[in-house]
Amino acid sequence: MSVFLDLLVSTLTQGLIYALLSYGIFITYKILDFPDLSVDGSFPLGAAVSAVLLVKGMNPYLTLVVAMLVGALAGLVTGVIHVRFKVRDLLAGIITMTALFSINLQIAGSNLAVDRSIDTIFTGKPVMALFGNLSLMHRKLVVALILAILFKIILDLFFKTKCGMLLRATGNNATVVTSLAVDQGRMKILGLVIANALVALCGAVVCHEQRSFSSTMGTGQMVFGLATVIIGTTLFRRMSFVKGTTCAVCGSIIYKICIQVAISLGLPANLLKLVTAVLFLVILILGNANRGKVKKHA
Amino acid sequence: MLELKNITKVYNQGLITESCLFQDFSLTVKDGEFVSIVGSNGSGKTSMLNIICGSIPVEGGQVCIDGRDITRSADYKRYARIGRIFQNPAMGTCPDLTVLENLSLADNKGKPFGLSRAISKNRIDFFREQLASLQLGLEDKLHVKMGALSGGQRQAVALLMVTLSPLDFLILDEHTAALDPHTAEIIMQLTDRVVKEKKLTAMMVTHNLRYAVEYGSRILMMDRGHVVLDVGGEEKQNMKVDDILDIFTRISIECGN
Repeated sequence: MSVFLDLLVSTLTQGLIYALLSYGIFITYKILDFPDLSVDGSFPLGAAVSAVLLVKGMNPYLTLVVAMLVGALAGLVTGVIHVRFKVRDLLAGIITMTALFSINLQIAGSNLAVDRSIDTIFTGKPVMALFGNLSLMHRKLVVALILAILFKIILDLFFKTKCGMLLRATGNNATVVTSLAVDQGRMKILGLVIANALVALCGAVVCHEQRSFSSTMGTGQMVFGLATVIIGTTLFRRMSFVKGTTCAVCGSIIYKICIQVAISLGLPANLLKLVTAVLFLVILILGNANRGKVKKHA
Repeated sequence: MLELKNITKVYNQGLITESCLFQDFSLTVKDGEFVSIVGSNGSGKTSMLNIICGSIPVEGGQVCIDGRDITRSADYKRYARIGRIFQNPAMGTCPDLTVLENLSLADNKGKPFGLSRAISKNRIDFFREQLASLQLGLEDKLHVKMGALSGGQRQAVALLMVTLSPLDFLILDEHTAALDPHTAEIIMQLTDRVVKEKKLTAMMVTHNLRYAVEYGSRILMMDRGHVVLDVGGEEKQNMKVDDILDIFTRISIECGN
């Protein structure tokens, strides 16, 4: 029983950490309607920057801030390539992602381990002062929960501001934004900046959690993020009051549980990406099937 | 005052499909004029509006507003003074945003879109009042998503959005073409009311000759990149639909349309 409980806690922690990535994908994919492949590069970028700074002895919480800034910069690059140089969205992302792979290697090499003696965000002073009596595992859950809720609240508030609503309008109907005498290109760049900052933050938190960086950790993160957002939004499609960020968190947790169940049932780790792809496909097909039914009935 | 000076517009330049629409095209629209523009398909009506709004580039000539050359300025900068309604009712509003959200965005045009709340509660009554004046039953639909409304309702809201902010020019690109006759009539009357109330300079492209005759202070007929009829003032007021239809048919026959 306790093994099961431990597994549940760690899966939940994973889901909450990766919710940060889902928020980012939610912004690009759902709000901006922009297939942003730079995610596969900005995720390990956040981890690489964070890992190097941790090893150098920087305050662990500060490394998250730096990771976000660097991620934002990656988003800015994709945005400028797409908007100012008029390169197609998909290609703009691929260019950034490819460049980032080398940049990540330059920053942190192909692998970088963070020594046990170094404090991470899960073992830093403020967390120990507040939750020191919890085990490391439960502390991770609490920190992940705080991060996921904190950024959910920030984003929900942002979408209610003039700037946030204009961002939603940009993905929805860019003509309206132009009619409002605002440069829609700048709004797209802003969306990419915010999204990639969140993705890099997620990469940094994952790095803290694993105490390691690997140059290949970004592979498939875009597909993962898409899957979580689509799971979430498909699940709550009939409940319009459920916010997009809530969909992203739930999608992320459900996805991680699915994968955990598959592994527990004896799935070899090598087949993980295959299962991811199949799971993603099934969700898409189910989503389409349901949509068809609704239309026929209406 | 809006001026098009010696405009040259070539489509597909350098390709075998190259076609020159405007050559040395000039037009002046004075402040307060309401110009109805008619003409067959391909005569350059919508291209002209696109050139004014900066949606398409020109190969030569100048676009001036009040004597200031805006030929090189980006489309979104021009929209600071221009409001535009499109033929497709879906173009003027955001379908996934509610009526209230759409109106709130439009209400903020010209001001910075910062981090303050997008929806101010004290404007809601004003919006409701404005929607009620459209007489389409929209005042109870503030929290309905724009995409759930009919084409006519969307076009009415788009018109309201355009007129919420201070503007000088109203560009109407066949804005009643996709609506049923009854709704088209309502939208047309609204348009006329708004133009008069706000003393706007308006340019309206339409295929409805009756609208072109009934509304506006000046009528233009275009054909293959040229203005073939330009009537204003008293002469325009005395014009009948049949007069225009005659000219229209004559030109069409001449071009073999």
